[in-house]
Amino acid sequence: MNIKVLYFARLRERFGVAEEVIELPDSMAMVAMLLDLLRARGGEWAQALAAGQNFRVAVNQDMAAMNAPLEADDEVAIFPPVTGG
Amino acid sequence: MTIQVQEADFDVGAEISALRAGNPQIGAVASFIGLVRDMNDGSNVAAMTLEHYPAMTHKALAAIVADAETRWTLLGCTVIHRVGALFPTDQIVLVAVATSHRADAFAACEFIMDYLKTQAPFWKKEQTPEGERWVESRHSDEAAAGRWG
Repeated sequence: MNIKVLYFARLRERFGVAEEVIELPDSMAMVAMLLDLLRARGGEWAQALAAGQNFRVAVNQDMAAMNAPLEADDEVAIFPPVTGG
Repeated sequence: MTIQVQEADFDVGAEISALRAGNPQIGAVASFIGLVRDMNDGSNVAAMTLEHYPAMTHKALAAIVADAETRWTLLGCTVIHRVGALFPTDQIVLVAVATSHRADAFAACEFIMDYLKTQAPFWKKEQTPEGERWVESRHSDEAAAGRWG
């Protein structure tokens, strides 16, 4: 299934990409598994998304936990802790 | 409830007038205005860029106000957050809450700001003499949001 993935702020700059579509096996339909797939790219991906790094995930524009399920055509956003206000 | 995300500046007086217009139940309005400072973490700040996640921003702010409405009886609420290029002394954010009595207005205004600081998808990037830098989130903001339970 295809998942649209967005990156914001520092993570967008580190990865050099704002948006992409990732084909995720149906057996990996969870935020944590999408992150594993991204970490497997190595380099900045492995570093910035490593366990203990401070980042947030939203699924379909709602903040989501690592065990949140994913469905085809979901929009996942990965970003640093927010700093508005 | 009025929620706006915009590049343009806002007129606090006009916004508060509109918030309370024609409602004699309103006995209190509390507001907070966040401003760009010329100094942060020991560096001069010449300018700032506010990035956001357009598809999520309005939804996140509306959810925060809806949460406040379950805790206090709000007779009106306005949240305006600017994005794009901002400079020292510029207004960044307005939260204004109308209620019957002051305690609810003060509390709801502070709650909305505390949640906005930790839940709404905005990111600040500062321009300093040492170069550009993303503003780091603060543990004190997480703690402030956490105390509302």
